[in-house]
Amino acid sequence: MPAISMKVNGEAVCGDVEGRTLMVEFIREKLGLTGTHVGCDTSQCGACVVLVNGKAVKACTALAIAHDGAEVTTVEGLAKDGKMHPMQEAFRDNHGLQCGFCTPGMVIASIDMVNRLGKDLSEDTIRHELEGNICRCTGYHNIVAAVKAGAANM
Amino acid sequence: MENFNYHRPASVDDAVKAAKAKPDAKYMSGGMTLIPTMKQGLASPSDIIDLGALKNAGVSLGSSLVIKAGTTHAEVAASADVKKAIPALAGLAANIGDPHVRHKGTIGGSIANNDPAADYPAACVGLGATIHTNARKIAADDFFTGMFSTALEDGEVVTAVEFPLPKKAGYAKFPNPASRYAMIGVFVADTAGGVRASVTGAGSGVFRAKDVEAALGNGFASASLNGVKVSAKDISSDLHASAEYRAHLITVMAKRAVDAAK
Repeated sequence: MPAISMKVNGEAVCGDVEGRTLMVEFIREKLGLTGTHVGCDTSQCGACVVLVNGKAVKACTALAIAHDGAEVTTVEGLAKDGKMHPMQEAFRDNHGLQCGFCTPGMVIASIDMVNRLGKDLSEDTIRHELEGNICRCTGYHNIVAAVKAGAANM
Repeated sequence: MENFNYHRPASVDDAVKAAKAKPDAKYMSGGMTLIPTMKQGLASPSDIIDLGALKNAGVSLGSSLVIKAGTTHAEVAASADVKKAIPALAGLAANIGDPHVRHKGTIGGSIANNDPAADYPAACVGLGATIHTNARKIAADDFFTGMFSTALEDGEVVTAVEFPLPKKAGYAKFPNPASRYAMIGVFVADTAGGVRASVTGAGSGVFRAKDVEAALGNGFASASLNGVKVSAKDISSDLHASAEYRAHLITVMAKRAVDAAK
């Protein structure tokens, strides 16, 4: 099996993978970072979204081997010095989650959104940009509020 | 997902060589269709030829707009040249899938796959694009040959798409609320060679809507489409929409596309 290396949440990691090993399998099973979730496994729900070289991608729809040398940020890499990322804080403050299963993907996607579009996001923009992230609990209202607040605080 | 041999060639020539050496090899660009298809067991290639290392991405604007095959939907949507030359194309790219898909999926991958409900085939046919491959140039009208099939030969790889600059062009789609693929998408363009109108999502693959083109030939305005009734013959019915509903949507989306044209 070929060996690959990546920088995940700032740490150099390596491991052997098969061609078919998905990015999310590498992250969860090889690295033990289980904050990145597998929801639908059919590329629709966004629970597996991570930042790869600064861009949000679905880790369930990416081959690990194709990302040899990449820099990856998962939800575990967001808190700094014991303090949550502003987007995580905003999800807590606005009750932007219930069961929490979609939350890692929601938070990563929202940070990506701010990175691309800036801190001042309209409700329409947020709703359009969250099309790739599905939540079965909240009805989205509080998620949209959380993203708006989190963006402003980033 | 079945395992496969993974190749990451650094040049188009090496990619073509690798593909020709294995009868069951598949090219992978962004993988946004291929990987889900393989996960479901609907495809199990012996070899994956990943085109990611070719770094064949970028947009250039001269007398035509050339988009290299490996350019992602996000890059097309954000390109100042695309927005300036063919804003409808930038808008189309900005509404494919979702942001995470747009970060990986590419124009070359989309057209080589030719999903019957994909957006880019409509733009290529609607604008009269030319598809560049490692071996030749193919007119979009000849490139898309049916459901998931194209004029590409075994081992042939798309390298770029060249769009002539229209006077005006617009695209409107009625997205499936779950998949974001087009239930019906219509691309209209007022070009030097006349009006073109293409339809995606209606059946076995993208096609030109001759009734719509003829009506718009009398004036590139949505009012020209009043009373145009597209036949439901050859249009598909499924759980999302009947053939009659889709046929009706073609005129509705064509009107919206004309109204949005810039």
